[in-house]
Amino acid sequence: MRPRLLQAGPLALYAQIVMTQFIAPQAAPRETPCSRALAAGKVPSFQDIILTLSDYWARQGCVILQPYDTEVGAGTLHPATTLRALGPKPWRAAYVQPSRRPKDGRYGENPNRLGHYYQYQVILKPNPPNLQELYLNSLYEIGIDPTLHDIRFVEDDWENPTVGAWGLGWEIWCDGMEVSQFTYFQQVGGLDCKPVSGELTYGLERLAMYVQGVENVYDLDFNGLGVSYGDVFLENERQQSTFNFEESDPAMLKRWFEDAERMCTHLRDKRLPLPAFDWALKCSHLFNLLDARGVVSPTERQSFIARVRDQAKGCAVLWAETQTPAQEEAV
Amino acid sequence: MPQFLLELFSEEIPARMQKRAAEDLKKLLMDALTKAGFLPGGMETFSAPRRLVAVVEGLPERTADVREERKGPKVDAPAQAIEGFLRGAGLTDIAQARVVSDSKKGDFYVADLVKPGRATPDALADIVPDIIRNFPWPKSMRWGEGTLRWVRPLHRILAVFDCEIVPFEVDGIASCNFSEGHRFHGTGLFEVKDFEDYEAKLSAAHVVLDRDQRKAQIKADAQTLCHARNLELIDDEGLLEEVCGLVDEPHVIMGDMDPSFLDLPPEVIRLTLRVNQKYFVVRDPKTGGLAPHFIIVSNVKATDGGKKIALGNARVLAARLNDARYFWDLDRKACLESRVPKLDTLVFHEKLGSVGDKVRRIVALAGEIAPLVGADVASAKHAALLAKADLTTEMVGEFPELQGVMGRYYQLQQGGSEASNKIIADAIRDHYKPVGPSDQVPSESVAMAVALADKLDTLTGFFAIGEKPTGSGDPYALRRAALGVIRIVRNLGKLLTLSSKLAFSTAQVTIALHNQTIQFKSAAVSIDEAKVPLLAQRALDYEEHLNSSVSVSASIGEIGVGRGLAHEEQQLVITIWVIYTEVRDFILERLRVSLRDEGFAPDVLEAAFAIPDDDIVRIVARVTALAKVLKTEDGANLVAGLKRGANILRAEEKKDGAAAQGDVTASRLAEPAERGLHDALLAAEAQMEQALAAEQFDAAMGALAGLRAPVDLFFENVLVNDADAAIRQNRLALLVKLRAVSERVADFSKLAGG
Repeated sequence: MRPRLLQAGPLALYAQIVMTQFIAPQAAPRETPCSRALAAGKVPSFQDIILTLSDYWARQGCVILQPYDTEVGAGTLHPATTLRALGPKPWRAAYVQPSRRPKDGRYGENPNRLGHYYQYQVILKPNPPNLQELYLNSLYEIGIDPTLHDIRFVEDDWENPTVGAWGLGWEIWCDGMEVSQFTYFQQVGGLDCKPVSGELTYGLERLAMYVQGVENVYDLDFNGLGVSYGDVFLENERQQSTFNFEESDPAMLKRWFEDAERMCTHLRDKRLPLPAFDWALKCSHLFNLLDARGVVSPTERQSFIARVRDQAKGCAVLWAETQTPAQEEAV
Repeated sequence: MPQFLLELFSEEIPARMQKRAAEDLKKLLMDALTKAGFLPGGMETFSAPRRLVAVVEGLPERTADVREERKGPKVDAPAQAIEGFLRGAGLTDIAQARVVSDSKKGDFYVADLVKPGRATPDALADIVPDIIRNFPWPKSMRWGEGTLRWVRPLHRILAVFDCEIVPFEVDGIASCNFSEGHRFHGTGLFEVKDFEDYEAKLSAAHVVLDRDQRKAQIKADAQTLCHARNLELIDDEGLLEEVCGLVDEPHVIMGDMDPSFLDLPPEVIRLTLRVNQKYFVVRDPKTGGLAPHFIIVSNVKATDGGKKIALGNARVLAARLNDARYFWDLDRKACLESRVPKLDTLVFHEKLGSVGDKVRRIVALAGEIAPLVGADVASAKHAALLAKADLTTEMVGEFPELQGVMGRYYQLQQGGSEASNKIIADAIRDHYKPVGPSDQVPSESVAMAVALADKLDTLTGFFAIGEKPTGSGDPYALRRAALGVIRIVRNLGKLLTLSSKLAFSTAQVTIALHNQTIQFKSAAVSIDEAKVPLLAQRALDYEEHLNSSVSVSASIGEIGVGRGLAHEEQQLVITIWVIYTEVRDFILERLRVSLRDEGFAPDVLEAAFAIPDDDIVRIVARVTALAKVLKTEDGANLVAGLKRGANILRAEEKKDGAAAQGDVTASRLAEPAERGLHDALLAAEAQMEQALAAEQFDAAMGALAGLRAPVDLFFENVLVNDADAAIRQNRLALLVKLRAVSERVADFSKLAGG
């Protein structure tokens, strides 16, 4: 919803007054996969939710990106968020990002935990003043009516030391379940974010489980035509868990880590932050695989994390340098 | 008198910060108004999830004019001086000044200056932006393209004085007279005239401004719901404080959980409910146990009466409790003993090794401490071995707060039902105690032994790696550990030779540290852990040697303390001595601080603590006895006498350039008063000896107080500084003796007054 501007009275003299009151749209602004499902008396499918979120955020001026093609542990690490949060240029993007957390794999036996899952990620830079209202409207569009459910903004300070990033915001609870994270980025790579980006992360499986009312992630209706989440991903979870916990080759992973780290350093030396960042992400994922395999001693762990952090932060700093107006002119 | 209303409307303020923010706003506003010359008739501040509000009553329309008389030069002063005066006072003509006559100084000029008061809105327009820019949020942020910092984005500033907007701007946010209510139940923006109008409109827009009112409402509604179903609400002030900061208007709903979850430990259910979900827990008065229901405080008055909300929350809770049950079932498959080896993979501290290393140290130390607290040595060691094993369980991984509590459950489940196992199980839970000042101390001897061992090991370990608490930080909670030791020992009431236990603990830690570092130094030799008792004893000997010997220049190898030890072991003895004395001083300093908090005067503590002692119980007894005797007339007067004696000694020693020493020669005591004092001293000394041997400080102090009369008589009748050097020397020796005897119980020179 657009901020309501108040023109009357003495206020017009000063500024625009943003109203934060939530008002449910009288009718869906346009037809979406979710609105079609809801109108037909069905629950939206997993992909309905994704498609509707993309439709919604496209209307807010976001570029709709596809997932980044390198393994990441969280949607935030997509360069469209981590790197684009730096520098002065405005930016709006939304995308689905598969997140790989090898250690969280449970061989497909746990109804809530996955080694591979989806996040829906939105970044708006600078954050518009009505970002909370935009977010609530997105929930409304996928079938969560904030006047029927208890939606709360619960304090959550976000921090990702591996990229030197932190921000303040909330976890968003819907009837006691955390369905999203909402963050105002303050720093990335140890550098101040100016302007500040607003970042939204929807936990898609959880959100869909909530919307569909299912207790087990593998029971999610994926497409509304009889394909379940389990049909798509259960076997993957089993095999990947076996790989993560039993079959990965620690010696090889360590070797690859060192190679990736070297490549990252080299690319940073050549002042190529974008490919360098890819290799920093590879370092991060290789470390996660080693960690899941249980072969990282506590002391080693600290040093691995520090090494990934140094590379990722270095990339962020380098990227920020290419984003300042002075640099652009020089180029 | 006009009223000022301020509302700072932002996105959701963290619940834990709201109360403090309202207090800070009150203080800052009051200070600023006072500084600007206002005397506010009254002020109230409020905090709700999205707003901070202040209302100030009884402000004038403008601040009062300030009148000032400025004295000028004499009427016959040079023109330059008069011009300067005019300039300084802002006058254009000297005729605007008065002439005042003074009989001594002659006639001089006086200017009457009036600094006109300011319109109140002008003053407020200066004050408020300043407060906003400098507000002391624990954590603040920027947003959008702005530079202003607030806890979360600040959207609007309502500032109304006497029904009019106070115009100002902060970082692009202009003040206004608009507000709005509940995010979901409000009706949009509304205009505000004054506080009465504001409160009424807010209330209509579903915001309960007063947090106490929100709290009361939550409590009352929750109790009503419980009564209707014959249940009892379990009070939880901390949770109430938190949830009242999460809702603008509370709507209390009761949710149901599957009763089969109730076979989980109640601590697990309660923690899941309150920490993860922020639900209140409900008790069934018939069974006394938890009931399969819970209380949700919703921010929304749902159109379906909250059915969907209750169901949704119940589902989330079920998923959480299913996780917990999965952990509970999984954890019980392996006994605690089988988990001990896994502790080697758990880091306690990077430098201090694994939890497994710590457990091995605690086992040995608990074995040393057990006899002193009356615990069975084997039980204490066994409990120490298992004390940390639950850290490897899934449940404690999920809920670190349940460390110890879960260990007890698992031990009860697996270790059999006999009383000896219950003691072990309880010790596993209780060895973390006391966790805070209001927590109980363990009272069972095995638990005490493990609790003391754990805390002493933590203290000596962190001191050994140089991680001591500083004025600003105590990340490893060492003060709390020290206080824990103090409280346990005081509660036990028995003497515990602190130095020897600390030396043992330090020896364990330092040998481990030594052996760790030699991995990197091929030349060094590792030290056998079996040498812990030996090196600890040698460190104690070393301290004794330092205390008794005049010269400390001899190397450790030459003085017997180092006999038979390798060079590295000798070095280690010194390290152990340095660290354990440091830890001991730290613990004793905490003891002094806690005694001060209990009301003992600082100088009494100073006097009692000046006597070298490492025993907490004995020190407390000494302090108590000293404070008591000082309250008696004899005691108070004796202090004066002792001080007088000490002063004379100091003066004479200074004159002689040497410390007075030597024994009193009884035959040289001529005056009856000095013979009297000498006899009394000998008698008192004997009495005190006996009393101190029996740890009876009251009796010892009493014996000392009995010296009051002979001391008074001595100073009344005897001149110390006699012309005869031998007599003088003998009298000085008598005073030395008096000082020495009194110092058996306290250093009286440290006492104030007297």
